Formats: sequence, structure tokens, C-alpha cells
Amino acid sequence: MRPLILVILLCVVGTVQASTESYPLASDADRERFQELTKELRCPKCQNQSIADSNAPIASDMREAVHKLVQEGQSNEDIMLAMTSRFGEFVRYRPELDPRTFLLWFTPLIVIVLGLIAVAIVVIRSRRNATSEPVLTEDERSKVDAMLAQVDDPDAPDNGR
Amino acid sequence: MKRLLLFIPLLLAVGLGVVLFAGIGKDKSALESALIDKPMPEFELASLQNPDQRYRSDVFEQKVVLLNVWGTWCPSCRVEHPDLVRLARDEGVPIYGLNYKDNRDAALQWLDELGNPYELVLFDPQGKLGFDLGVYGAPETYIIDSKGIVRFRHVGVVDNELWETELEPRIRELREDS
Repeated sequence: MRPLILVILLCVVGTVQASTESYPLASDADRERFQELTKELRCPKCQNQSIADSNAPIASDMREAVHKLVQEGQSNEDIMLAMTSRFGEFVRYRPELDPRTFLLWFTPLIVIVLGLIAVAIVVIRSRRNATSEPVLTEDERSKVDAMLAQVDDPDAPDNGR
Repeated sequence: MKRLLLFIPLLLAVGLGVVLFAGIGKDKSALESALIDKPMPEFELASLQNPDQRYRSDVFEQKVVLLNVWGTWCPSCRVEHPDLVRLARDEGVPIYGLNYKDNRDAALQWLDELGNPYELVLFDPQGKLGFDLGVYGAPETYIIDSKGIVRFRHVGVVDNELWETELEPRIRELREDS
């Protein structure tokens, strides 16, 4: 088990280093920013990879562009805008909240709320049933009382059998 | 009333089925361009045939054109090339080419061998205009209107069906507007 974990960790370390090596930046802050941005941007060609991970030519173009903009000292927002204005909101793993992406952001919340409402309805109903509806009619109750009396006093005359 | 409630799971399942069914066969890799209804990006690029002749974005401000992004390294471009030649010849649609991340000699040889459907070809070896246009894989084909506004993008091969269903109706409409 332990060797396996080590191997997995080594793979992770390898890819992270590869993405910084070829893109030299002056400060640690900039390097961190570059890492963050390239992980946050999605490759339009190979859609389940970030541009940090992808080998597609377009991903390397985008990495170069991000690198250049970070060097120029542009803010993260400006860099994101430069990418989305060319490739669309699609390239952000966390797209801006707007009417088009509303469902994307809020479907989980909506489903949870609907689920809670459904659970609440079920619970309230079962409670109401438990309290309000009499379980036994008067007639049944007297029969039960008679049976219980018999159990308590086995010598009493058996009127049931 | 309670009986009707029992149909809710069925309705949910049917609804989900409809949504999923609508997704079948859709090409997930084709993205909507971010430049739709926006002007062509600024550029200054040389002609493929003549390195001294340079074009700027105002070259798109004359008429409705197809802009086809291609390269000799792109196998699908070879597939669509005969269709482009036919469109230029039979349908009279002006096609501009954007030779993307390519080698000039190879591109010129390609046009010699396979025919040249383009009124002009912009030579973009670094892919700079391609990047500004949001090109993420050749071939891509755009409709640019007579004011230089990007109106439509298709990612993938152009064929006769695409011409009839998507390109021709849009071009006709844009021509009528201008």
C-alpha cells in the first residue's frame, strides 16, 4: 500500500514541477499566480484538462499568454477576461455567475432544498397520523381490556373459547 | 390525489430521459465562439502568396465572407478542401483563408496541388490572429459580415450539408441586411 501511495505522490510532484520549469517568473507570488491561473483555465481542445495539464498546442499557447500577462503584472481578473473574451466562459472551471450559469451554480442547492421539503412533508404527515387518528375504536378497546384482564387472571372464566 | 402523487417518479424519469436524449449525438467539442457579434480582432498579417502585401482587419469591411482557418498539418483540412473549392466556384461565395501555424512553402504547394478557393490568404505562422479569434483547432470556418463583425463559427469540416443548412441561409440573410 505504502509504495503505491509514494508512486502516486511522485506523479503529482512531477507534473507540478514540469509546468513551472519552462515558464520562469521573477517572484514566488507570480509563480503561485501562474500556477493558480493555469489550473483554473480549462483547455478548449481537450475539455477535461486544465491548460496546466494539457499537451494540446492551444493549451501551450494559452499558458504562454498567461505567462506573458503575469510578467506584465496584469491582475488575475484581467488575465481571466483576456482568456474568456477569446475562448468564452467555457474555459473557466468556475464560470462567472450570470443568468446562463445560474442553474450550473444553484442546481445542487435547489435539489437539497427540494429534498428537505420532501422530508419535512413526510415527517409532518406521519406525526399527524400518529397523534390524531385513534388507533382503536371503543368497541375494540373493551375487547382488548377483556383479553388483558384474562391474561392477568388466568382463573377467570374463558368467554372467548 | 395520493394515487396521482405516485406518478411523480415516472414523470421525473421521463423528464430526465428527454433531457439526456436531446444530448445524444451532440458534438460536445464544438464550442460557441466568444466573438459572435463582435468585430474581428485587430491584426496585421502578410499575404501567404506575397510577403510584402500586408492586410489589416479593415480587409473584412467590404462584403460578407467565409473565413476558413487551415493548415497543411491538419488532416481534416484536406478533407474539406474540395468542398471549399466547389463552394468558391459554384456558389460564388468569397472565401478568405487564414493559414494557421503553418509553413509558407508547404502551404503554397498545397494550394498548387489541390486548387485555391481563397480570394486572399492571411499568413499567420505564430497563430496570433488565430489566438485572438479563439481558434482551438483547425479547421474552423467563420462568417464575417460586411462591417467586419463575426456572425458565426463552425468548428470542424465544411461540407455540402453544412453549407445548405447553416452557412448559405446565414450568408443570404446578412447580404439582404447590408
